[in-house]
Amino acid sequence: MITAEQKPIDEIREMINPYKRILAVGCGSCVAECAAGGQKETAMLASALRMAARMNHEDVTIDEKTLDRQCVRDFVIQLDDVIQNYDALLSLACGAGVQAVAEMFPEIPVIPALNTEFLGETRDQGLWIESCQGCGDCMLYFFGGICPISRCSKQLLNGPCGGSKNGVCEVDPEVPCAWQMIIDRLARFNALGRLEMIYPPKDWAKKQGKGPRKIIREDQQS
Amino acid sequence: MNETSKLKKVLEKGVFAVTAECGPPKGADPEAVTQKARLLKGHVDAVNVTDNQTAIVRMSSMAACSLLKSEGLDPVLQMVVRDRNRIALQSDVLGASAIGIRNILCLSGDHQVFGNQPQAMGVFDLDSIQFVQVVKNMRDGAKIIGGDSLTKAPELFIGAAANPFADPLSFRAVRLAKKIAAGADFIQTQCVYNLERFGKWLEMARDNGLTDRVAILGGVTPLKSVGMARYMKSKVSGMDIPDAVIKRMDGAPKDKQREEGIKICVETILQMKEMRGVKGVHIMAIEWEETVQEIAESAGLLPRPG
Repeated sequence: MITAEQKPIDEIREMINPYKRILAVGCGSCVAECAAGGQKETAMLASALRMAARMNHEDVTIDEKTLDRQCVRDFVIQLDDVIQNYDALLSLACGAGVQAVAEMFPEIPVIPALNTEFLGETRDQGLWIESCQGCGDCMLYFFGGICPISRCSKQLLNGPCGGSKNGVCEVDPEVPCAWQMIIDRLARFNALGRLEMIYPPKDWAKKQGKGPRKIIREDQQS
Repeated sequence: MNETSKLKKVLEKGVFAVTAECGPPKGADPEAVTQKARLLKGHVDAVNVTDNQTAIVRMSSMAACSLLKSEGLDPVLQMVVRDRNRIALQSDVLGASAIGIRNILCLSGDHQVFGNQPQAMGVFDLDSIQFVQVVKNMRDGAKIIGGDSLTKAPELFIGAAANPFADPLSFRAVRLAKKIAAGADFIQTQCVYNLERFGKWLEMARDNGLTDRVAILGGVTPLKSVGMARYMKSKVSGMDIPDAVIKRMDGAPKDKQREEGIKICVETILQMKEMRGVKGVHIMAIEWEETVQEIAESAGLLPRPG
């Protein structure tokens, strides 16, 4: 999932300051799972903004609506009927959702309410961790299902570095050494031999070769 | 311009090699480097120049190497993969060889969060092992990544680092073997205070036939005070300072601690000289270059071969 966190309310207030009729748009997918931009968070943010506006005697309308997904046009279309009532949208989607909405409604400003963080998992209640960089060439097989690009602070493909101590990364004692995890896991499967080869420099063209990436699937097109 | 690496020559002769470290200044003053050069000249075979160590901005390693060279020293250019992508790294390798630098030490580099630019983007396009392999292919095959040919191959004696004190110990020999397979001619180790663990690591390297395939230079750093020892133990990553060493420093009176630190350092070198598979010593006297001569002298390493 894509994780995100809400921006500080003062930053949001500054961005929406020029507008009088604002629709806060939540997103029911990833950012709902990470409790940043789902229906509940959208309601809470909208009410906090309304309260702040009232306290400052500002004449502002802030309504709310949550879409299933802001990054899929079939869902964004649902804004068609209501958009004329507003002079700005405050999107609680990830960066992809904000941009998808903005592309569909070029006449209206779309303001981001979240900071998009990373591709990761929900590890525990209130704990999300980064685990994928979307590099376009998955190497998890070689490393026992643990991604050194995402989870080693130096992105080593031939680790561990000299800073691995007691299973912990030198960068932060809270960060487990990805390479210790890789070694432990491969050892369990008698597959440590996989680490004897030298993994060559990664082909970053698959991630950033020609600017923004695109997937084209003719079999999916009608 | 075509001279070969002095470090390589010494090691090939089978002489126990001595190298020192020179940290470039946090400024543009060339005298800071040439002064250190004069303190080290004649007492070591080569001088290793750090590349923005601990991720703190300093004069470039390449420029400082050039200054050392003009003082008649054999510089070892440290290059970290933290700050440069493969284009910049390969370009600098060519430039280094062109200005007569004959040794390179390929490192991953201290993570940027440790330094004074914690907001920097860490590059890590290559890792240190890949970088060793790239330099080797440039030197021996006159080819860069992707296979394009060079008009002239760089002439470089290639080094890499090893930390015998990092975990997991069992995997350290595998990683050393990978560095050698990648093309490392010499290995510089993390500072040795824990000779027992260093011995264990060396034994693993010996058992795997690695000590015959690469020249291992044991790293040492003289301690200036018990405070420095404690600081290094707790704050410097990858460092292993046994309590016995701390106790020994603590036992020396304040005005004698520097002497004690030098003594420990000399003893460590003498023990390493006796260990099968250690081909030399790398003395990292941090901002204390004037002590290198004394240490080399006391360890019976002077005079150096011409």
